[in-house]
Amino acid sequence: MMPVIEITDLVKTYPGVRAVDGVNLTIEQGICFGLLGPNGAGKTTVIEIVEGIQQPDSGSTLYKGAPVDGRFRKEAGIQFQVTSLQEFLTVRETLRLFRDLYPRTMDINEVIGLCSLEEFLDRDTRKLSGGQRQRLLMALAIINDPEVLFLDEPTTGLDPQSRRNFWDLITLIKSRNKTIVLTTHYMDEAYTLCDEIAIMDQGKIIAQGTPELLLKEHFGDVVLQVPEDAVNGKIDGLGLCTSKQPGWSEIQTRDVDATIRTLLDRGVSLKGMNIRSWSLEDLFIRLTGKNLRS
Amino acid sequence: MKRFLAILRARNMEFIRDKSSVGWNILFPLLLVLGFAVVFTGEPKPLFKVGVIGDPASLRPAAAEFFQTKHIQFIPVDNLEKAIDKVDHFQLDMLVDLRAGKRYWINANSSTGYVLERLLGREGPTGYRRLTVQGREIRYVDWVVPGILAMNMMFSCLFGVGYVIVRYRKNGFLKRLKATPLNPFEFLFAQMVSRLLLIQTITVAVYAGCDYFIHFQMRGSYANLFLISLVGAICLISLGLLVAARLSSEELAGGVLNLLTWPMMLLSGVWFSLEGTNPVIQKIAQFLPLTHLVDGARSIMTEGAGLAEIAPHLAVLTLMTAVFLSIGSLIFRWE
Repeated sequence: MMPVIEITDLVKTYPGVRAVDGVNLTIEQGICFGLLGPNGAGKTTVIEIVEGIQQPDSGSTLYKGAPVDGRFRKEAGIQFQVTSLQEFLTVRETLRLFRDLYPRTMDINEVIGLCSLEEFLDRDTRKLSGGQRQRLLMALAIINDPEVLFLDEPTTGLDPQSRRNFWDLITLIKSRNKTIVLTTHYMDEAYTLCDEIAIMDQGKIIAQGTPELLLKEHFGDVVLQVPEDAVNGKIDGLGLCTSKQPGWSEIQTRDVDATIRTLLDRGVSLKGMNIRSWSLEDLFIRLTGKNLRS
Repeated sequence: MKRFLAILRARNMEFIRDKSSVGWNILFPLLLVLGFAVVFTGEPKPLFKVGVIGDPASLRPAAAEFFQTKHIQFIPVDNLEKAIDKVDHFQLDMLVDLRAGKRYWINANSSTGYVLERLLGREGPTGYRRLTVQGREIRYVDWVVPGILAMNMMFSCLFGVGYVIVRYRKNGFLKRLKATPLNPFEFLFAQMVSRLLLIQTITVAVYAGCDYFIHFQMRGSYANLFLISLVGAICLISLGLLVAARLSSEELAGGVLNLLTWPMMLLSGVWFSLEGTNPVIQKIAQFLPLTHLVDGARSIMTEGAGLAEIAPHLAVLTLMTAVFLSIGSLIFRWE
């Protein structure tokens, strides 16, 4: 099957910065693709070049095998990281405005139901809460019943409850066989929503694949977290791979059963112990040597 | 068409619901016109204006003495007919023709004409032929009202279009629209039509409202007046679009718009006639769209000018519109 989006050797420089440095990506139909990375990694620039908002210095982007053109604008839904709306209009009027800009659209009531906008339909868009506003922006992005939906850091700045609600909404839209391209710096968001991810840092793709495969590829082990006062030097000299976190000793191991037996043998109380899987955040630190939000 | 109408409707709603903006657009000209009506009613002019055809230096010294009288402004005149019209409308207190068969004109209803006539006669045998006209006085408020309304249109068109588009660009709304099938022409045309509808409606309402109390002198046709205001507004909106084509800083846009509006406010004959001022200023004024809008509207209202007389103003405004729109559309950027 032909990929929905193909990006080849994309380069974009700003004065003094190589924002995108030879990016190659292929995004297949019907998946949720996550572009991950810290702020300034070049995610938004890549996305905006694909959307035709910015021009690359070199390289190409194809939508369904053809350059981005009028057809793309009709078939793509876009939610920018930062956007403003026409002032003094209500939610309903804003929906109508955007509906009238497209030749083919979803039924407006369906969009309202999907994004749960019923409660604040007649409210001025300037008086919406953060979560309500994101739901409206999502509604505007899907109003043309898009084939491909671009969401640029859609949950940044939302409280945990609103983020969860937004994830449900994205999952619902995904179930309608839409291709979704999501940028985020929340690794849990990417893990929950994305079928495939690419991790970007300093303008380059440094890893790509399904989240599970990437974690398996880079981490064959799990982490046992034991309260520091329970360990108290009892496992020194055993050759276990340990690291200290505030209040905790962390032990990385491929054989959980054997490690637990060793701990019990040494009289380490397992009360308060956690077994933690590696996260995409850990993967990022391992790949780049730095924290995602640093 | 659907996209154009969507943007037009949205912009109209945005403007109408922005009550402070609507209020300002209506109140500002209303207060100015009414203010001038109160302040200048019945005030005598501080200076006599005498139009002169021919060169007073060619006269005998005794006869030329009148032309050195203090507190009289002598304005060289080429076009006799227009000058007579001005005496008729009290814009000139007297007209003197020094060519063969010397003549002078005064308005029989004008007290200043009478005084000047006595002055001219007192300086010796004049040998002038006396001619009079009978026109009704044009009060300052009659003269200034086309200027005030045109100035209000200028502010509304330049700031209401130029500044608003720069704001849309700065806050990312234009970028959001760029991601839709809307094209720049549809967007800009909708902005233009929206402002045109609103400013024409407001101007007609303010004119009618003031006229009810003040009874402006209107010697020409309302159709022509509407036509020149329409063409003038399109020209000023185009200038606003040109300013907004690229700028993304509201502060800079504000500065540029002020840089454009202030010279127009001072040099386009809004408040005072440029007759008798420095010729360089008069030349510069001809390059300002507001000059043509004010002159055209004023000539219709105070002189009864017809389509033929205002045609040069319409032509210049149309030409300027074409230039502004061509450059504006060439350099326009969504971001």
